[in-house]
Amino acid sequence: MPFDLNLNLILGQMVLGLVNGVFYAILSLGLAIIFGLLGVINFAHGVFFMLGAFLAYMLGATLGIGYWGSLLIAPVLVGLIGIVVEVLLIRRLYKIDHLYGLLLTLGLALAIEGLIRIVFGQQGVPYPIPPSLRGAVDIGFMLLPLYRVWVVVAGIVLCLATWFVIERTPLGAKLRAATDNPAMVQAFGINVPVMLTLTYAAGVALAGVGGVMAAPVMTIDPAMGTNIVIVVFAVVVIGGMGSIFGSIVTGLGLGLLEGLAKATFPSASSTVIFVAMVIILVLRPRGLFGKMA
Amino acid sequence: MLEIRNLHAWYGESHVLHGVDMEVPEGRVVSLLGRNGAGKTTTMRALMGLMGRTKGEIRFGGADLLRLRPDQIARKGIALCPEDRAIFPSLSVTENLFLPPVVAKGGMSVERIYELFPNIRERGSSRGTQLSGGEQQMLAIARILRTGARVLLLDEPTEGLAPVIVQQIARTIAEIKALGFTIILVEQNAHFVEGLADIHYLIENGVIVDRLEGSEFAAKIDRVDRLLAV
Repeated sequence: MPFDLNLNLILGQMVLGLVNGVFYAILSLGLAIIFGLLGVINFAHGVFFMLGAFLAYMLGATLGIGYWGSLLIAPVLVGLIGIVVEVLLIRRLYKIDHLYGLLLTLGLALAIEGLIRIVFGQQGVPYPIPPSLRGAVDIGFMLLPLYRVWVVVAGIVLCLATWFVIERTPLGAKLRAATDNPAMVQAFGINVPVMLTLTYAAGVALAGVGGVMAAPVMTIDPAMGTNIVIVVFAVVVIGGMGSIFGSIVTGLGLGLLEGLAKATFPSASSTVIFVAMVIILVLRPRGLFGKMA
Repeated sequence: MLEIRNLHAWYGESHVLHGVDMEVPEGRVVSLLGRNGAGKTTTMRALMGLMGRTKGEIRFGGADLLRLRPDQIARKGIALCPEDRAIFPSLSVTENLFLPPVVAKGGMSVERIYELFPNIRERGSSRGTQLSGGEQQMLAIARILRTGARVLLLDEPTEGLAPVIVQQIARTIAEIKALGFTIILVEQNAHFVEGLADIHYLIENGVIVDRLEGSEFAAKIDRVDRLLAV
C-alpha cells in the first residue's frame, strides 16, 4: 500500500523532514554565497560538511572537547581549511569558465573523502547527543527528540542571521556589490581578493557548523557529505543559483516535501526533490527566487 | 602632483594608449578631451589600476600607481566616478553612498552631501538603479566625495543627461573645485569644461596631441570642437 494518509504520521514525518531541511538550507546557503561572489560551483561543499562532523568527533576523541566546544572550534578549523583551499587552488580559476571550478572542487571532494576513508575506514563513527539535549518534547502528535528541536531552532536562527548579515549590514552590502561588479568595488579601496578568501571560508564554515549539528543524528562516515550535497545542489537549482533567501526557503521547503513523501509515498521520498527540480527547471529555469540572467 | 609618463595600455592584443603624458597639479581641475575611442576612459582605468596590461609610469604620492592594485590606489586618495556610473543594482541608494570606505580624513560630511544632492536623501531606500540618469550621476559623484579622496577622476559625468542636469553637475563640480579637490574631468563636450578646468589636454588615437591653459581655451575652442567632431 503506497499511500497512508494517517495525519499524525504525516505531521511527524514532516517535522523530521524539517530537520533535514535545516541541513539543506545551511548547506545551500553556503553554496549560494560562494557561487554568488566567487562564481565557483563548490562541489567540495559536502566534504566540508563531513569534515565538520569528523572534526567534532576527533576533538572529542583526542582532546575530550564536547559538543558545544566542537560547535565553535570545528567550523573555525573548517574555515581555515577553506582559506588554504581558496588561496592555493580556487583563486587560480576565477578568470576562466565556471566549469573548471566545479571540476576542481569535485576532484578535491573525492580526494578529501578518500583521505578520510583511509584514516577512519569505510564504517561510520558514532557521536553522542550532548547530555543537555537528551530527551523529548511532546508536540501533540509525536514525541520529538529535544536534539532535533535544537537543530531546527538553531539552524533557522543561523540561516536568518546569515541572511541578515548579507542583506542588512554594511559588510553584506560590500559582498552584494562585489557580486555585481568586483572590479569597481576594488577600485573603491576594498581588498576584494581577501574578501573572496574570507567569503569562501565563511561559506564552508557554515557547512562545518551543519556537520557538527548533524553528527549526533546522522552516521558520521566519509560519504555523508557526498550523499547530502547532491540533494543540496537540487535545492540551490530550485531556489535559484546565488539566491540567499531562495536557498533558505527552498531548503526548508524541500525538507518538508521529503518528509511528506516519506509519510505518503515512501518509495518516492528519495526522488521527490529531483522531480521537483526537473519541474522547476522546465517551468522556471532561473529557479524560484533566481534573477534573470 | 600626479604625473603620467609615457603611458601605454592594451585591451588584449589591441594597443590603445601609445605613450600618454599628463601633469595634474594639486588642487587644479584638468580636463581630458577627445572623441569616442580616443583613449580617455582607458587613461582613467589605467590610473585606477583597472587595465590588465600597461607600461610607463604614473607617479603620485611617491609611488608608481602602475605597480599597485586598485584598492591600494584608492587608499592613496584617488577615486573614480566611472563613465557607466557603476551604481550597484542590488544595493539601495544609501548603501551605494556608504559603500566606499573612508580612505582619509577630510571627506565631505553626509549632511553636506545631502544638502548638495537632496534627492539622494529622499530616495535613500530605493534601489540605486531606480534613480534617473541624472540622479545616478549625482550619487556616483556623492559616493566618492565621502571617502576623503583628494583626487577625483570624473569620466564623462554629463553623458546622456538633460541640459538642466548638466548645468547642475557643472555647479557641483565648481563647488568641489572650490573646496580644493584635484579633478581630472574626462569629456567630449568642450563647452562644458570651458569654465571649469584650469588645464586642458586633448587626446587622439591614444596620444596627447595638445595642452591648453584655461586662459587660452576660449580662443582655441573652434579647433577643439573640430578635434572632437565625429
